[in-house]
Amino acid sequence: MAVDQNLKIELGKQGIFVTTIEELYNWGRRSSVWPMQFGLACCAIEMIATTMARYDLARFGAEVFRPSPRQADLMIVSGTVTKKMAPQVVRLYNQMAEPRYVIAMGACAISGGPFKQGYNVLKGIDRYIPVDVHIPGCPPRPEALIQAFMTLQKKIDGQPLTGEGRPRHLDAEAQGEFAVPEQGEHDLEPTSNKGVWPVPITIR
Amino acid sequence: MASSSYFSLSVLFVAALGFGLAPLGLAWLWARVYSPPKPNAIKNAIYECGLESKGDAWMGFRSAYYLYGIIFLIFDVEAVFLLPFAVAFTGLGAAACAAMLVFVLLLVEGLAWAWAKGVLTWQ
Ligand code: SF4
Repeated sequence: MAVDQNLKIELGKQGIFVTTIEELYNWGRRSSVWPMQFGLACCAIEMIATTMARYDLARFGAEVFRPSPRQADLMIVSGTVTKKMAPQVVRLYNQMAEPRYVIAMGACAISGGPFKQGYNVLKGIDRYIPVDVHIPGCPPRPEALIQAFMTLQKKIDGQPLTGEGRPRHLDAEAQGEFAVPEQGEHDLEPTSNKGVWPVPITIR
Repeated sequence: MASSSYFSLSVLFVAALGFGLAPLGLAWLWARVYSPPKPNAIKNAIYECGLESKGDAWMGFRSAYYLYGIIFLIFDVEAVFLLPFAVAFTGLGAAACAAMLVFVLLLVEGLAWAWAKGVLTWQ
């Protein structure tokens, strides 16, 4: 049962703290997101800078970069995803613990960036895995990554524990396995995962 | 029983045990009830570096490797002893020299034995 926001503030003034399990649970979840430790290109340098003392991602409870996908629940795709690397990224995503989130950092990760016309670069990691927050920039400044992180925290905060829009780990129906693409003759096969990426229709 | 001097201790012990186990039990219950596991072949793979897992983690290592390792370790440790021995060599008495020589000879004897047994040839 939701408590009226105004009543909550009024009670707070009297020194009474009111909360719900959902709020507490989500507060815990959003304050202990563990990103996975891997960087793909120049954007990774900015990601590293974000975790260091000056920008200090530890303020948000996310300084523990785990070197194993089993212990991580946030994947920051920081940099150029080449077609050679894409299967590995998708496989790592598959191995992460639920509920897992993805931040696509930088022009490369969201669209291929400066290499969009190239033959060897994936045009956005969101073709294969669901991305929660996209940040543009080449590279995005640490502030941008922090903002993306806060956006993700807001998203986690807004997820109800039951019903529509609940986090993936509470949903038995949520898709657990995302097909890992394979190197085809000319391109990755498939070129995108069904249900993750709606193939745009080109009208000429 | 309540008069025993250990009674309060046992109460504390049970409380501490509950304090430790209750969160674990609650977490387990929560996971059982609310968080349906979603295992799949990729997630359960043994290798965690993004590359495809090949084969099994339970494979045999050749025992010859361990023999090599042990022999290396022995002479590694010997080097640690030899260094101060060499530095202090001119100021050493006959007894210290003899003790060191016995130590080195024992190890050399082991090496000769291993050599004769054919341990040093890798097949
Ligand atoms: S977006 Fe720019 S800075 Fe980031 S990986 Fe691509 S080229 Fe490098």
